[in-house]
Amino acid sequence: MNIIAPSTGLSRRSFLKLGAAAGGGLLIELNLPGARALAAEDARFEPNAFIRIGRDGVVTLVMHKVEMGQGTYTAIPQLIAEELDVPLDAVKLEHAPPDPKYADPIIGAQITGGSTSIRGAWKPMREAGATARTLLVQAAAKKWNTDAARLTTRDGTVIDAAGGRRAGYGELVDIAATLPVPTAVTLKDPKDFRLVGKPVRRIDAAGKVNGSARFGIDVVLPGMKVATVAASPVFGGTLAGVDDAAAQKVKGVRQVVKLDNAVAVVADHMWAAKQGLAACAPRWKDGAHAKLDTAQIFAHLEKSSEGPGAIAHRAGDAATAMKTGARRVDAIYRQPMLAHATMEPINCTVDLKADGLDVWVGTQVPGIAQAVAAQTAGLKPEQVRIHNHLLGGGFGRRLEVDFIAQAVAIGKQVRGPVKVVWTREEDIQHDMYRPPYLDRISAAVDAKGMPVAWTHRIAGSSIMARFFPPAFKDGVDPDAVDGAVELPYAIPAMQVEYQQVEPPAVPTAFWRGVGPTRNGFVVEGFIDELAAAAGQDPVAYRRALVKDARTRAVLDLAAERSGWGTPLKAAAGTRAGRGIALMHVFGSRVAQVAEVEVNTDNEVRVRRVTCVIDCGFAVNPLTVAAQMEGGIMFGLTAALWNEITLADGRVQQSNFHDVRMMRMNEAPRIDVHIVPSAEAPGGVGEPGTSVAIPAVVNAVFAATGQRVRTLPIAGQLKTT
Amino acid sequence: MATINLNGRDVAVDLPDDTPLLWALRDGLNMTGTKFGCGIAMCGACTVHVDGQATRSCVTPISAVAGKKITTIESVGEAKVGAAVQAAWQKLDVVQCGYCQSGQIMSATALLASNPKPSDADIDAAMSGNVCRCATYVRIRAAIHEAAKSLA
Repeated sequence: MNIIAPSTGLSRRSFLKLGAAAGGGLLIELNLPGARALAAEDARFEPNAFIRIGRDGVVTLVMHKVEMGQGTYTAIPQLIAEELDVPLDAVKLEHAPPDPKYADPIIGAQITGGSTSIRGAWKPMREAGATARTLLVQAAAKKWNTDAARLTTRDGTVIDAAGGRRAGYGELVDIAATLPVPTAVTLKDPKDFRLVGKPVRRIDAAGKVNGSARFGIDVVLPGMKVATVAASPVFGGTLAGVDDAAAQKVKGVRQVVKLDNAVAVVADHMWAAKQGLAACAPRWKDGAHAKLDTAQIFAHLEKSSEGPGAIAHRAGDAATAMKTGARRVDAIYRQPMLAHATMEPINCTVDLKADGLDVWVGTQVPGIAQAVAAQTAGLKPEQVRIHNHLLGGGFGRRLEVDFIAQAVAIGKQVRGPVKVVWTREEDIQHDMYRPPYLDRISAAVDAKGMPVAWTHRIAGSSIMARFFPPAFKDGVDPDAVDGAVELPYAIPAMQVEYQQVEPPAVPTAFWRGVGPTRNGFVVEGFIDELAAAAGQDPVAYRRALVKDARTRAVLDLAAERSGWGTPLKAAAGTRAGRGIALMHVFGSRVAQVAEVEVNTDNEVRVRRVTCVIDCGFAVNPLTVAAQMEGGIMFGLTAALWNEITLADGRVQQSNFHDVRMMRMNEAPRIDVHIVPSAEAPGGVGEPGTSVAIPAVVNAVFAATGQRVRTLPIAGQLKTT
Repeated sequence: MATINLNGRDVAVDLPDDTPLLWALRDGLNMTGTKFGCGIAMCGACTVHVDGQATRSCVTPISAVAGKKITTIESVGEAKVGAAVQAAWQKLDVVQCGYCQSGQIMSATALLASNPKPSDADIDAAMSGNVCRCATYVRIRAAIHEAAKSLA
């Protein structure tokens, strides 16, 4: 095997290794450079993605990224197919098994999240494709005893136009596998792209429109039982007792499994399991948190945040500058707990046998899943086989493995395979929630109303401290302050603090848009407040503060395309308004203008959202637009209606009748404009969500004159 | 032992009469294209056709469908309208995670079968019972119009 650094000058640290694939064909091992590799100049070669080209010409990519709707399984094959010169449908994807070698280059772990997939794959995947193409051309030259420079490629074929010969890649792979790695490969000029940057349709659509796509919940195994679970309704409570006999009377129930904090009923099918669970009427020891409620959580946050936090960002002397302004503006923003409510309810299937454990699941973190399953089962990680699946929505919920540990604990007491399926009620009441946050934010402004000093204290749960402790340094959670420290605006003196305040007993987790989604609501809401206090137009005010030209262009285009400043029609009895929000997060610049209508009952309808995104080079514009459309409505749903509340230690919501989802009749018109760019790609899975929330809040202000500082908007507006 | 007419064939189901059709399909017959979403007819993921009507299978006991024709996502594409809907879904790149799309397609097909040229208001009325957490609504609406056009 040969090891090289392709001399494209694009990414010196992305190495390739070549060899013969088992069973024939060409194997390319590549290393997607990561946070760890970037820190070490002499990074050793550790391949974390694999491309196989078989004798049948089929290109198989084994990689760590999972498909949860975001389109990664289309965009990454586009990158390889483009440079390899094969049709997109010649590239097949396999879920990677759990293994540290599949670590994400940006996150440094085997995780799909943080809008990182394309950002990490952009260069290495194209280089791998170009290397393979070069090798196949050289293999043909050798076979035909001709000069490689005479040969071209198209659609998986090497062509010798002068010699009137052609050969499919499959015929060349065995020769290619014996060749030295090329010392230089040339990437295509973007003007010659035929797939990358084009609106390519998803490759996973067929199975998703005919019912054949397999999600974790669709696993069927011989002899498999189905179980459903109830965990202690109070966080931290334990199981006191169950009526086994009553459950066993239900036809189809096989077993009642007791865990410390939960009970599971195992049955021949879900209906029997559900009825059995109801019949067994579990009794609980509620424990210390039996009286916990939402008001206490926010009172605790508010009190804690009176004191200083850890310094996350400091520019100039904000404390002194705060005293120099003509006036100051102060605000407190509050954001509720939120559930993920993925459409595919939480599930995990396990089969514990003498020689190891099989786990069938859809997970964003196969490596962590394997580790926790092994730990729970008392096995070594290599004894656990994770069979990953399509995810029926992730949004951060499937970054967590609580339900995998629970399923293994149940499986330890069950003979044969068991599929554990949570009801929607269990999902809503035992999620790991987007944490409640409270932000204190202040600015001193000059005589014209422009900010001269800015202080922002962010208080809430640190998910990073639990999820990835090395990232939590000096009391600062970098995710919790993301979107609050690097503002697109020039403000002379700034201080941003973070204070870790954990809600008692409530498990917290990442949620689509993570830190930037929380901070976008606060920062963009507050900027809007400053504009209003200055008596200035919100777009003009931001424009005067924006630091870089790309961000300004996005803002300007959003204003233009939305008809900003033109009169808005409002139906009789309603008030209409437009709101703008602007962020530079996940490597992308996004501006959105939301147009709302508020009726006499203070119900808010979003009529239209204009979204402009500069995500650098848009690998697949159809996917970028889809992520904006969906991400925006994900944010609007939360902003308008969603909160998880606690009373007597219990979550008060339980299903879609009280966790309101945006529906077809409420979906706004969304116009997405992608700014043409040749820069490296930015993320697209999350920024749409982050920007939508402040955009709608600011539109509600424009329509009603009422500033919403506590989400959700529903219930906040007063009748005037 | 109940017998149901499923996708054109009579099928025996050895489950209690009160078993929701959803679980009879998924756990009794291993037909997993029909999805569980909420169990209370609030999300539409479990939508099937019963005598051509879009029906939430999670709250429909098998006793209630005796003698009726049930169509699921596995066979909806065999008829012209269903095939047109599936084609439009792919043409307009509707799906994201895809979990709700079986139900979306069943609701959209039932709509177009009874109303070949639905207005936006008709689409709102027929489709607002189907939740999509990825919020593919913009494209679902366009795909229904597209399917109507292709069938005209």
